[in-house]
Amino acid sequence: MSISKEPYRPLIVAFCCNWCSYAGADLAGNNRLAYPADVKIIRVPCSCRVNPTFILRAFQRGADGVILCGCHPGDCHYTSGNYYTRRRMALLFSMLDYLGIERERTRVEWVSAAEGAKFAATMNDFCETVASLGENKRLEDLRCKK
Amino acid sequence: MQEITRDTLISRAKELLASGEVDRVYGWKRGEFCYDVTPALFTDAESLEKDFEWGDFCGANLSKYLVEETRKSEGKILVFMKPCDTYSFNQLLTEHRFDREKVYVIGTPCAGMLDPKRIRDHAESFTSVVSDENGVTVSTLFDGDVKLDRSEVMPDRCLNCKSKKHVAYDELFGEDGGTIASGRFDEVEKIEKMTPDERFEFWRGELSRCIRCNACRDVCPACTCEKCVFDNPNSGVENKAAENSFEEQMFHIIRAFHVAGRCTDCGECSRVCPQQIPLHLLNRKFIKDIDGFYGEYQAGAEVGSRAPLVDYTTEDIEPSDAVKGGDENA
Ligand code: SF4
Ligand code: SF4
Repeated sequence: MSISKEPYRPLIVAFCCNWCSYAGADLAGNNRLAYPADVKIIRVPCSCRVNPTFILRAFQRGADGVILCGCHPGDCHYTSGNYYTRRRMALLFSMLDYLGIERERTRVEWVSAAEGAKFAATMNDFCETVASLGENKRLEDLRCKK
Repeated sequence: MQEITRDTLISRAKELLASGEVDRVYGWKRGEFCYDVTPALFTDAESLEKDFEWGDFCGANLSKYLVEETRKSEGKILVFMKPCDTYSFNQLLTEHRFDREKVYVIGTPCAGMLDPKRIRDHAESFTSVVSDENGVTVSTLFDGDVKLDRSEVMPDRCLNCKSKKHVAYDELFGEDGGTIASGRFDEVEKIEKMTPDERFEFWRGELSRCIRCNACRDVCPACTCEKCVFDNPNSGVENKAAENSFEEQMFHIIRAFHVAGRCTDCGECSRVCPQQIPLHLLNRKFIKDIDGFYGEYQAGAEVGSRAPLVDYTTEDIEPSDAVKGGDENA
């Protein structure tokens, strides 16, 4: 007897800032631009709300890729939030790489409210990249896996 | 061998106690063996005479103790500091963790400390250690005396000392030194040059030994939050032995990240780790990156400087460009 396995789909967590990227995702939806349902969006007030622990926690709970989207530098609703994000994530990603964790699993992308097309394209691209890497084995917590 | 003797420090401490300038002394106390020296508080001349220690095993950085101790009374505390300790001292002042007026700092020159763990690598069951200009003589129970070169038994933090200069003091013994261009990033560079798989294996090997004693957090002078994420039962990395590999990594990434930009590279975390995990290599990676991305920055070099993670410029590097590991064969 053979057991049919469903094709592997990655689980992607996308943190989107309320003012730009979340609206960008909305616009993508309104324009009927397709992006994979593997992307689970978490809305945050500002990209800077995302503590590095959130990203690690997402991996711990089974995400295969984590992407963080915010307003373009200079366009932050709170003036400077995304500049702090940029520093934090630069250091965090470099550290993950230093620990030998695939760098393609994390990404930061600046997406404005008017860039529905960019949002969809980014998600398509990111999903593809993560899918090609396969399951996240290096940063997972087995207890959290279903 | 240290340039200033124990007696010099004790007699000065006694003077300051007798004159009423200070009412407590923070220093080091000898344990059962010469190498198990612990931080200790002294309030009278007798206990100073009896227990005070100054020598090759006084690695403990006393600055963090001031946070609690200064809150206990109005009196002044005398504290002894090696050059590297004064950076932590300044960093704590920058973060408003204690009142400078309540502390009297005596700077002591430092010839580098010795690491009991490294001595043990060369000499099993050692009982006493004597050092002079010619090196270190270790007496052992079964193998007689073992002669070693000082550099063989110094901890990494001292071999790669960044500064012999005291950046804070009220009184200084001996000559003050300068900052040193040490090779402290050499090891980090070596790891960066490995392939991602090698890096992963290297760190799994190191981090899987962690027993989550939290000593590295507890000792760190940059970790002075009263409520810590590692005590929060909902954090996913709460206090306990890690159940699986992820938790170890997560703990270590978070620990290092929380002190990024504020870590003075004092080396205390690696000194106290009972599992000999080279924690300084995580901190130094952040320091190296910060220097490279945002300009050279030494935490604690001056009071009041702005830490890189609470600062920004509009031209900062993008996270996607920041990742420049070694060999790209992943
Ligand atoms: S992380 Fe380690 S080296 Fe850095 S300040 Fe804390 S104890 Fe010192
Ligand atoms: S001191 Fe060492 S063993 Fe203890 S928690 Fe830190 S890394 Fe783990």
